[in-house]
Amino acid sequence: MMAYEKRAHGRGFDDLREITAKVGVIPRADGSAYFKIGGTAAYAAVYGPRNLYPRFLQNPQTGILRCHYNMMPFSGKGERVRPGGSRRSKEISLVTEKAITPVLNLEDYPNSVVDVFIELPETAAGSRCAGICAASMALADAGLNMKDLVAAISVGKVGDKIVVDLNTEEEAYEDGSVDIPIAMLPSNGRITLLQMDGELKKEELMQALEKGKKALLKIYDIQKNALKEKYQVEENV
Amino acid sequence: MGKLIAKEKAIVVPGEVLAEGMDHLPGSGTYREGERILAGKLGLTYIDGRTIKLISLSGRYIPKRNDTIIGKVTDVLMSGWRIEINSPYTAMLSMKDATSDFIAKGADLTKYFNLGDHLVTKIVNVTSQKLVDVSMKGPGLRKLHGGRILEVNTNKVPRVIGKQGSMVTMIKDATGCRITVGQNGLIWIDGEPKMELTAVKTIQKIAEESHLSGLTDKIKAYLDKETKK
Repeated sequence: MMAYEKRAHGRGFDDLREITAKVGVIPRADGSAYFKIGGTAAYAAVYGPRNLYPRFLQNPQTGILRCHYNMMPFSGKGERVRPGGSRRSKEISLVTEKAITPVLNLEDYPNSVVDVFIELPETAAGSRCAGICAASMALADAGLNMKDLVAAISVGKVGDKIVVDLNTEEEAYEDGSVDIPIAMLPSNGRITLLQMDGELKKEELMQALEKGKKALLKIYDIQKNALKEKYQVEENV
Repeated sequence: MGKLIAKEKAIVVPGEVLAEGMDHLPGSGTYREGERILAGKLGLTYIDGRTIKLISLSGRYIPKRNDTIIGKVTDVLMSGWRIEINSPYTAMLSMKDATSDFIAKGADLTKYFNLGDHLVTKIVNVTSQKLVDVSMKGPGLRKLHGGRILEVNTNKVPRVIGKQGSMVTMIKDATGCRITVGQNGLIWIDGEPKMELTAVKTIQKIAEESHLSGLTDKIKAYLDKETKK
């Protein structure tokens, strides 16, 4: 197998692409956030907790979370993404929901719903992770009771190297690549999302996860700072 | 020995460690996990002796018992009214809590409160399922006639009211408007059209600059300028 020697833009194998994070970008939403990592950008808007209709969906024991993941038509590199839901977007909406639900204290909001809309104007690999990062910041901005933030990143193997934060070219590497999106709660290291596309040895998987955890703590710091920045401004002016 | 990590009046995000060890107690908005106390939402820390509390900076209004709120009648039911209260939940005003009049069976309840009426009510009960009961019996609880309704974030309401109501009294005196502030963030203002506008602008200014120190003086100067025009 050909060795994978060098990443684009001189990035190290454990390095993340450049990250920008902002909170409160959508004024009319109850909470919102923007998370950009390399060529992938995600907006998340949170509405709620609010009334849930039709009524049979209401749960008197707990509130529910609904996530909508959507890639905008010209967000990708290739062909236009056809508007509307697809098999893929439905799956990603579902895993996003499952990745975020464990941190939310939804039982404080019985019979209600929290809606999260994730829109991606630019995508270049790692969009579900960017979406989860943005969504967890937006939920905190919305003032919901939650145990932690959620940070997400993809790790994997390109050629013979274990790498962090794959880009589009690496995902499509000709000698084969493995893509593993993970989401973690930074305060206790628990994992809420773990998917894998490709084949990997057990040791390699463990190694990839270790690298991922380190990267996730960096992402967590960025998320934390973005949230504090919005409210700190209000403190110091 | 326990260690306090959070500073007083610091902004913390969910999952941030506030204290370690068992010497401190988790107050509202925080939770304990093992030996640590962590933040349970985004907020401002407030340390009161051994307890650590969080004050919300954002979020919607969650009904609480004994809050005085302003609501809008959205439905007239068999034995009461359904009230929209700017929250994820709606409130019920039952006939018994609305008036001491005798109301015959099948009487037309719109004679008392009709759809779209705004009411100042008090929350008498909130169940675990967030069923909210409100009452019209109490001082200052009434149906609102005329005026206008303004909406601010519920977390800014304490600023708008001020210490012992100092802020809202100041606005009332300066503009001559009648003002009622609901805990849910709805504010009713009634007075001279021009003065109403001034009051609205002032309240919006308070909500925007609620974090500044010396806000009362600032608002006083602003009101003086606006009312002299």
